[in-house]
Amino acid sequence: MITDNTEGLLSPYRILDLTNERGFLCGKLLGDLGADVIKIEKPGGEPARSIGPFYHGIPDPEKSLYWWAFNVNKRGITLDIETTDGREILKRLVKSADFVIESFDPGHMERLGLGFPELSQINPGIIMTSITGFGQTGPYKDYKASEVTLWSLSGEGYVTGDPDRAPLMPSFPIAYSFAATSAAVGALVALCHRSVTGEGQHVDAPAYLGLAWASGAEVQGLWSVDKTIVKRSGGAWLRPQTGTSSADVKYISLPLIYQCKDGNVRFMPFVEVGMLPSTMGLTNWVIEEGMASETLKKVEWRTWNWQTVSQETVDEITQSFSRFFIKHTKAELWEGAQKRGIQLYPLLTPSDMLEFEQLNIRNYWEEVEHPELNATITYPGAFVKMTEAPCRIRRRAPLIGEHNEEIYVKELGFSIKELLVLKQAKVI
Amino acid sequence: MKNRPFEGLNVLDFTWAGVGPLTVNYLGFYGATVIKLESQKRPDVMRTLAPFKDGIPNVERSYHFAYVQMGKRYSITLNLNHPKGIELAKRLISWADVVVESFATGAMEKVGLDYDHVKKIKPDIIMLRTCMHGHTGPLAKQHGHGFVLTGLSGLDGLTGWPDRPPAGLYGPFTDHVAPLFNAISLLAALDYRRRTGKGLYIDQSQHETVLHWVAPLILNWVVNHQEFHANGNRHAYAAPHGVYRCQGDDRWCAIAVLTDPEWTAFCNVIENPALAKDPKFAILLNRKRNEDELDKIVEEWTIKHTPEEVMGLMQSAGIAAGVAANGKDQAEDPQLKHYHFFNELEHPETGNLSFYHGPLFRLSKLPFELGRPPLLGENNDYVYTKLLGIPDEEFVQLMEEGVFD
Repeated sequence: MITDNTEGLLSPYRILDLTNERGFLCGKLLGDLGADVIKIEKPGGEPARSIGPFYHGIPDPEKSLYWWAFNVNKRGITLDIETTDGREILKRLVKSADFVIESFDPGHMERLGLGFPELSQINPGIIMTSITGFGQTGPYKDYKASEVTLWSLSGEGYVTGDPDRAPLMPSFPIAYSFAATSAAVGALVALCHRSVTGEGQHVDAPAYLGLAWASGAEVQGLWSVDKTIVKRSGGAWLRPQTGTSSADVKYISLPLIYQCKDGNVRFMPFVEVGMLPSTMGLTNWVIEEGMASETLKKVEWRTWNWQTVSQETVDEITQSFSRFFIKHTKAELWEGAQKRGIQLYPLLTPSDMLEFEQLNIRNYWEEVEHPELNATITYPGAFVKMTEAPCRIRRRAPLIGEHNEEIYVKELGFSIKELLVLKQAKVI
Repeated sequence: MKNRPFEGLNVLDFTWAGVGPLTVNYLGFYGATVIKLESQKRPDVMRTLAPFKDGIPNVERSYHFAYVQMGKRYSITLNLNHPKGIELAKRLISWADVVVESFATGAMEKVGLDYDHVKKIKPDIIMLRTCMHGHTGPLAKQHGHGFVLTGLSGLDGLTGWPDRPPAGLYGPFTDHVAPLFNAISLLAALDYRRRTGKGLYIDQSQHETVLHWVAPLILNWVVNHQEFHANGNRHAYAAPHGVYRCQGDDRWCAIAVLTDPEWTAFCNVIENPALAKDPKFAILLNRKRNEDELDKIVEEWTIKHTPEEVMGLMQSAGIAAGVAANGKDQAEDPQLKHYHFFNELEHPETGNLSFYHGPLFRLSKLPFELGRPPLLGENNDYVYTKLLGIPDEEFVQLMEEGVFD
């Protein structure tokens, strides 16, 4: 077990983490900054421990990689807050806590008598953070909010994927990461506010707002102002060309993703400030290897104007890029791009990430001990580097009830006998 | 007594493009005094990106710029190639509690405003620098943007159909992710400084940040040597699950049937209760085995209904479903309206645009405050003469010398 007591930015604060898979990430991020996060699971373990992938492919509540990744830097206790004793114990914990994070359906905490008004009576400084799909209020609040539902309804789906197929979602949950990450931002704004007013408050963090926001200025601006609907265009960007009025707006389709010999790469011929060397660098490389069309050979990037160029010209240029990329491997392209100052990036897979030189040189990866498995495992490390109070992994994700004794007996003062009673009553 | 958390907090904002401004917004929403520093020769790159209001290219009319400059801020221009420009930048640093910048390594070093120098001017400064690869290592000087980071972060590779190359995510997606991590770091640093009096330097590699969202998949490589694969809209252990074609032109609705009771309810909604017990689909394993056929059955029903009908019927039966919303649907969405997601602000050049946003959360006791995007150099007079106290004559003199170009 790694235990590192170096101070973090949030070391003085305690967080009670009642989240399920929708919200694990929130407490994890605050824990990375040093907060004392207590993950509270149902007796027997959080159901989301059944989410794969698993260590060595073995489905086991102690071997979920989803659990591991999003619950590092937390201590773990079991507690059934649906029992009367469980609720009373939670209230005792709230007295000395700064934050409660939860991701139940809206209204669940209130039904248990653990809504924000009740918790703030126990501790006026408590900051309660609620992570949901659609939010605590509003006409969709009770809608079932699965990933694909949120992704679609937010506007992301409609613009993602190929034009001849259905709107597309990523094959890994992203929606709730928005909610959980923004929830951490909201909780910290509330903390700063508390230092002014002395009072806590309720943070309402719906995944829906984050995703709708990420659909961006073009989707929202082009409809609300120009009554134009942006559609999905596969791995291409429809770059707007302006005219003398919005009715004149035309779109140039510009590929964003190209196939190479053994995968895919991203490249964009930007000519904006600072980007010219990259675009000219690739052009020269393609010319040197004899794969440039006449149009590409003659192109003058310095005076290039995205506002006036024709689709044909763009196609003649990007087709040369395509021919060139397909002849090379990801590694060749990446190496050449580095030498020539070209902003060309492979679509990385996890194995590429682990070998990515920049990440290794910056000591991004952290080795985390799992003594119960006699293993040391490489994790993504600090999300930012800091000169004081480092962001880092201080402990691996907790085993089921790993810190029951430490917290119930040593900190709350229950006797071992009482703990036994609570265990048999399935409170703990 | 002040009642907004960042009242009196001074922020010097060198950032441009997406991630930096979207980070600083979180201070501007809650009372900070933010000064955005640009130059006439090199305005924020977002000001130059189409689409523009009425299609007219102009530094005040970009939708992209409007979209990211929502927290209140003043705009000043300052020529950092002029020695007196550097002098003034240093005076602004003395004024500031927080400095944020978002260039690749080299830009701030060139003008002597990297952390080591900034710290000498203001020892308890909090300085946050964000760029694609972070400020150390061989790629530190490389520019970056959200259109390529989706590839580096793995998110593109996770978005596609199994029989095609990846479609990737839409737009500079990670530009919406990295700022949240920055805001977390900055806010925690502010609390730390309040308690300890110590400033600090925060170095964000946007790449390192965004990888946290796919951490379980990275662990899967580390311990099992398994790569990830895009799998369309399918779910590993549920069916039906996807986005289905509905009545209308390019209209779709997502449906996710995740449990046995939902499967029975789903069959009732599509008026095919017998399907629930059909041996081909009655159990999950068989639904997964016969998923292509199942998807066809689902679509034969959805095509006869509008996506709104599908969503309404499914959600009433307790099944997750959602219209694949386009820009128009978003603008009319009752939940987004309820949350005041879209806000209208007046702007002297663009008139009223309606797509200004606040933060991605709501606080029960602290409303956020929006500011319209500032015009380039709009607040030179106020900032230089009032905030820094430069006498009018000297201000005019400096202007003539090109210090504010």
